Amino acid sequence: MHIREELAERHTLAVIVDNEPGILARIAGLFTARGYNIESLTVSEIAAEQSVSRITIVTSASAAIMEQIIAQLDRLVPVHKVSDLTTLGPHVERELALVKVVGAGDHRIEALRLAEVYRARVIDATTRSFVFEVTGGREKIDTFVTLMREVGLVEVARTGIVAIARGREGA
Amino acid sequence: MTEKSGADILVQALSDLGVEVVFGYPGGAVLPIYDALFQHSRIRHILVRHEQAATHAAEGYARSTGKPGVVLVTSGPGATNAVTGITDALLDSIPMVVITGQVPTALIGTDAFQEADTVGITRHCTKHNYLVKDPARLGDTIHEAFHIATSGRPGPVVVDIPKDVQVATARYVKPGPIQHKTYRPQVKPDIAAIEATVDMLAAAERPVFYTGGGIINAGPAASQLLCELVRITGAPVTSTLMGLGALPASSPQWLGMLGMHGTYEANHAMNQADLVIAIGARFDDRVTGRLDAFSPNSRKVHIDIDRSSVNKTVRIDLAVIADAGHALEAMVRLWKARQHPKPDLAEWWQRIEGWRAKQCLDFPEDGPNSYRGEIMPQRAIRALYEATKARAPIVSTEVGQHQMWAAQHFGFEAPNKWLTSGGLGTMGYGLPAAIGAQIGNPNALVIDIAGDASIQMNIQELATATQYRLPVKVFILNNEYMGMVRQWQELTYASRYSESYSDSLPDFVKLAEAYGWKGIRIDNPDDLEGGIAAMLDHDGPVIVDCHVAKLANCYPMIPSGAAHTEMMLWASEVSGEMDDEAKALV
Repeated sequence: MHIREELAERHTLAVIVDNEPGILARIAGLFTARGYNIESLTVSEIAAEQSVSRITIVTSASAAIMEQIIAQLDRLVPVHKVSDLTTLGPHVERELALVKVVGAGDHRIEALRLAEVYRARVIDATTRSFVFEVTGGREKIDTFVTLMREVGLVEVARTGIVAIARGREGA
Repeated sequence: MTEKSGADILVQALSDLGVEVVFGYPGGAVLPIYDALFQHSRIRHILVRHEQAATHAAEGYARSTGKPGVVLVTSGPGATNAVTGITDALLDSIPMVVITGQVPTALIGTDAFQEADTVGITRHCTKHNYLVKDPARLGDTIHEAFHIATSGRPGPVVVDIPKDVQVATARYVKPGPIQHKTYRPQVKPDIAAIEATVDMLAAAERPVFYTGGGIINAGPAASQLLCELVRITGAPVTSTLMGLGALPASSPQWLGMLGMHGTYEANHAMNQADLVIAIGARFDDRVTGRLDAFSPNSRKVHIDIDRSSVNKTVRIDLAVIADAGHALEAMVRLWKARQHPKPDLAEWWQRIEGWRAKQCLDFPEDGPNSYRGEIMPQRAIRALYEATKARAPIVSTEVGQHQMWAAQHFGFEAPNKWLTSGGLGTMGYGLPAAIGAQIGNPNALVIDIAGDASIQMNIQELATATQYRLPVKVFILNNEYMGMVRQWQELTYASRYSESYSDSLPDFVKLAEAYGWKGIRIDNPDDLEGGIAAMLDHDGPVIVDCHVAKLANCYPMIPSGAAHTEMMLWASEVSGEMDDEAKALV
């Protein structure tokens, strides 16, 4: 016997939550308990006075499972609102990465040249190293990191995706 | 305003919330609360013998009274022992509030004595949970916990209270009605959706109501409204295990339970229906059988208070998010306002009568393998039903064959009379649930229909019933097997009975007597009625050890992964081996 899997599609969700202790464990645990996958999850407080946080989750699932994921998230007591940005319409997604390269000579020059093309900023430099800050969509960051491998990449830190709907409407 | 200790705040809040009974077990981390209870006269504490039993007793109390069940246990093992019952309440949507003690705040995270991460452990088996670190927040938290446990889709809520928070003092003010920031369950239905449902119902040729525990949870008025809707529409009704009693079993429109051990007529009606109206039921795998063959030609309306139940396993044509009672009321009102005539369903009923003629619940009067003189378990349930029905008993069960036989052969005429572990399927549920029900209904006849294996899983609770002089009756269908496991092994694993024989069973009569109960043993079909009468004549607690046909199977049965139309009746019984696909299904 073999275990079958269904076709999945990637969705980006914005989840507005009360910033209570354990909220992240509640959300992450819901995904593991019900067998949903998380590609990326970011969380930060967006309204300190009301203690409200926004969690951006990138997940992939079939349409039927997507509906369940949203309903299950919405059912959690501290959740204010769940928006599926992918189905709501056009939206922008951004990620920030910090990329450390170490090298000398041509490698350094090439690293700086590539950084300029990708609009990455140098935020730390020594005679042997740079730390670049780069923002963009996931693919751009993936490509930048791949290129940096050839010029002395030693370390990467990425934030994961944050996303917001285009246009004047709030999610 | 004077300050109170956290323990006094808790007890005062419970009292303000109308709590009359707490099921619990003391320990180090709840000593301040027990001391506060000692000095309080309004709340009655029922001392169980194991924390799991406290949760099941609270479930039985809740299910039979409609009030939330309240549990009080200590930290560490007290809390972890309660986890099974908490999960049980989550799956069966039982309103329950569990207060757990916790080590003092400063010791949390140090692996202190009897420390467990209770909020972490119970996060995914509760509707919500709290760790209260500030006594000033305790009162509000308790009120909020009851609000969440009892409103919307009910469920268990855990409040974990460190010992220092129980001792520290703060002010307590009884809060007004709770307006929660984020939790606002939708109770009233969308009227357009109700109109569409009524349109479909009026136009359907082969409608069927498929009802569940949500109707019981919505209160007795919801069951009355269901009866009215069923009467004016003339449609047949089937129900899940959890929904038994919402429509009286004596109603001519009652088809019996559906699903794996449901009736032939209920499952065929679901299969052939052109409209299924699900009310407070969640299309559980025990109900649907093979999904792609589940009610293939029907339009499906799903009325449920929990949006996440909709489209979870079965695609729905129309969802109505509402409390079952409100939705039923709106449907009855609209149907009457429009003066819909009763639809002509004669042809549909004729087909149903054809399925009914199969008499699918019939069973041979002699046991299998030509054992003469055995009591068939189905016959024992029917005898128990006949002897007790005039007293409208509350019946609890453990889990297994006896549970299904009770569901099939015991007729339930009213809601809140049937207590069983449906979703989680917890062996050991029945005795403590019966105790909880008897506490909440002192004058009722309460019977735990049990199996020889299940009853041993919380057998220590015999002492609880003795202590509080509860006249609970335990009726054991003793076949010396974990019968449902054995049945599956017979049907799926060519009768290789791996570890399913109940070896070294106790003498249940002597066991009863050791706990101060009366014990009665029934071996012989001729003694069945007399034994039951003797049980009912005794005004204290009784164990009846009823020895039944050892190898009797529970039919009808839809094998795992089969369609509603592929039912096995006892006459078609076969032993065999299933393929791996079937073995992988639960």
